[in-house]
Amino acid sequence: MTVYFILAVSASAVITFLLRALPFLLFHGDRKMPEWLARLGSVLPSAIMAVLIVYCLRGAKSDVTHTGVPGLIAVLLTAVIYRWKHQTLLSIFLGTAVYMMLIRVIA
Amino acid sequence: MNKRELAHYSFMKSIPILCSYLFVSMAYGILMEESGFPWYDSLLVSLTVYTGAFQFVLTSLLSAGASVITIGLTACFMNSRQTFYSLTFADVFNRMGKRKPYMIHTMTDETYAVNCTLDLPEKERREVMFYVAVLARCYWMIGAVIGGVLGQLIPVSMDGIDFCMTALFVTIFVDQWEKAHCHFPAVAGLITGIVCLMIFGERSFILPALLVTSALLVVWNTRGEEEKS
Repeated sequence: MTVYFILAVSASAVITFLLRALPFLLFHGDRKMPEWLARLGSVLPSAIMAVLIVYCLRGAKSDVTHTGVPGLIAVLLTAVIYRWKHQTLLSIFLGTAVYMMLIRVIA
Repeated sequence: MNKRELAHYSFMKSIPILCSYLFVSMAYGILMEESGFPWYDSLLVSLTVYTGAFQFVLTSLLSAGASVITIGLTACFMNSRQTFYSLTFADVFNRMGKRKPYMIHTMTDETYAVNCTLDLPEKERREVMFYVAVLARCYWMIGAVIGGVLGQLIPVSMDGIDFCMTALFVTIFVDQWEKAHCHFPAVAGLITGIVCLMIFGERSFILPALLVTSALLVVWNTRGEEEKS
């Protein structure tokens, strides 16, 4: 365990706790959350998920055989299975299995 | 309900969390092991940070040697949704005394979802919420340790296991897409992400992408309000 690891994990832990505690620290009693922040909160999650999917596939162009083609196929497959069955675990399991197979076959 | 019945009821309520947490946190433990972090590192992160999706991103940021500032800000963006979860249960938690900090710390997507389904008298509801929080956290840590140890034992290469993070995001994304009245936020996030990736490159696009997306959404929200009025 390096100093860097401990610093990074502590920062993450403190920030995550503070975010969860924020309503108790800032908004209680008569002090309500400002309207714009509440609205941002309701639309932010889906935008952030989209950015994170791009983050996961960030190597798609520089590493076509390992990330690009298998990644895109597996993402589409995961999405289709989820839309069809609405089973989170099944979609993750099959998507990951197909991805792990594809990177071994294509590369 | 007596104490025993409450515990049993809580366990039954926690079964969906059991299935998903064991599975996802085992994948997390294996991923950490693959990235060079042993099981006790996974346990430490699961114990202190305790948040699903971000722990996966944290692993990839750690192995890329991202700055602590980038890590902190990414935590801010990814976990900000939990601020809104706490807001829902602020009144209940305020009546839980010593358990309140623990309830705040253990507020996750899954416990939030289960808490929303509890239809019990106030006092019993508080008990069940606490038990579910404790159980869920145990499942998460047990899975992370099993995953870390398995990762060491499995002789075949687990290369590609990190895709389960991508798959987790895809399922959440599709779920939110289906529930949303308006797809602007999702599409804005996707396009901003791709544009920032092209401008800033693989290593440093995540932060600008998150900042630009949030700014876009604030502006979009304000404009939407003006049109209505």
